Amino acid sequence: MRHELKEPFTKDKLKDLRAGDTVLLTGTIYAARDAAHKKLLEMIESGDKLPIEIENQIVYYAGPTPARPGNPIGSVGPTTSYRMDAFTPVLLARGLTGMIGKGPRNEEVKQCAAEAGAVYFAAIGGAGALIAKSIKSSEVVAFAEMGTEAIRRLYVEDLPLIVAYDAEGGDVFARG
Amino acid sequence: MRELNVTEITKAVAEMYVHANYFLGEDVRACISECAQKEDAQLARDVFACVEENLEIAAEGVFPICQDTGMACVFLDIGQDVHLTGGDLYEAVNEGVRQGCAEGYLRQTIVEDPFRRKNTGDSTPADINVDIVPGEQVKITVAPKGFGSENMSRIKMLTPGDGVSGAEDFIVKTVEEAGGRPCPPVVVGVGVGGNFNKAALMAKKALLRPMGEHNEDPFYREMEERLLERINALDIGPQGFGGNTTALAVHIIAAPTHIAGLPVAVNINCHVSRHEETIL
Repeated sequence: MRHELKEPFTKDKLKDLRAGDTVLLTGTIYAARDAAHKKLLEMIESGDKLPIEIENQIVYYAGPTPARPGNPIGSVGPTTSYRMDAFTPVLLARGLTGMIGKGPRNEEVKQCAAEAGAVYFAAIGGAGALIAKSIKSSEVVAFAEMGTEAIRRLYVEDLPLIVAYDAEGGDVFARG
Repeated sequence: MRELNVTEITKAVAEMYVHANYFLGEDVRACISECAQKEDAQLARDVFACVEENLEIAAEGVFPICQDTGMACVFLDIGQDVHLTGGDLYEAVNEGVRQGCAEGYLRQTIVEDPFRRKNTGDSTPADINVDIVPGEQVKITVAPKGFGSENMSRIKMLTPGDGVSGAEDFIVKTVEEAGGRPCPPVVVGVGVGGNFNKAALMAKKALLRPMGEHNEDPFYREMEERLLERINALDIGPQGFGGNTTALAVHIIAAPTHIAGLPVAVNINCHVSRHEETIL
């Protein structure tokens, strides 16, 4: 089934998505990968105010190539999600409603996502040029010193995604 | 004795590092198109359509094929009758990577220490591998290697008694455990024999072989065909969504080994299997 999903990314909009469905996503998402996740978790442990909202937001595991003049961003496909598994339950507990990456996660993430009513989307790995066409704006909003690993606020239009884990525990990677 | 200034090597490395990141080899593209025809499931067909459209967009020269523009793996076959002049060979290669990274808008993808993780800012240093060969030419291969697939690579020191079936089981298990993480459909590079380090290097070199070419030894050719069949029966499929194509190819390189050993290394590459070569 095909869906169009527009912000705000509240749980009521995600509950009807099913693993294997195709989604065209429009709205603001945040790009963050390994280094930014580690830093966010350190800030949460220290009780610091986070540089971005987490509630009702979607995080995209990605670190782009530099933008050429006249483009908002460079190539920006998903990175492998399991490396963020250790950080994800804490963010889900803070109201994160969606994650975009590639490849299966661990059982804990899958369970926490289902319990929270959150959805894990897969973007097409290795299709960074195609995905760049859906990114309309990009702005570094935290950890600029991390370069490609900084947190970016992206405005995306019709970003093509597959529902990997749905809010009912469905799993596109499961067989049999 | 032929003289060759290392600035020629810098120039060639820079050009190939950029070009490989925008234009996938004809052999890999042909293999992707062929495998796309073999998919029945809608999701698998959709993934292949995205992969092929992505290659067309990248070939316009604005956006690299993948944001992981890779660790620059550089292989140099240096003729023993060549005298390299004009500076340090390794620095010349790194300068090529540095220039390519900047000029090609490639990602700064290397950190200077595995724990302290400060980005070097120019994707150097490269992984530089030198072989001395007969003649007076220098062959340079540049293979930008993504780490989503590199992280799924494995090595195991099997013992002689494990034999062919033990090795094949380990190779298939490595791909199975990687599942959808390394951006399947993958290319599987296998090094068998040698020692711990040589097996890993052979596995990486196996990824450089053009798609559609097999090991010249019928024993290994048959092993490659058997492994590809077993791997594609896993139903991991494109991106792990299920389908007939989990691997595009299996390439094996073998070498003499110790009487006590059977090292097996599996280096996985994603479908963006990039490599370019030139001869100076």
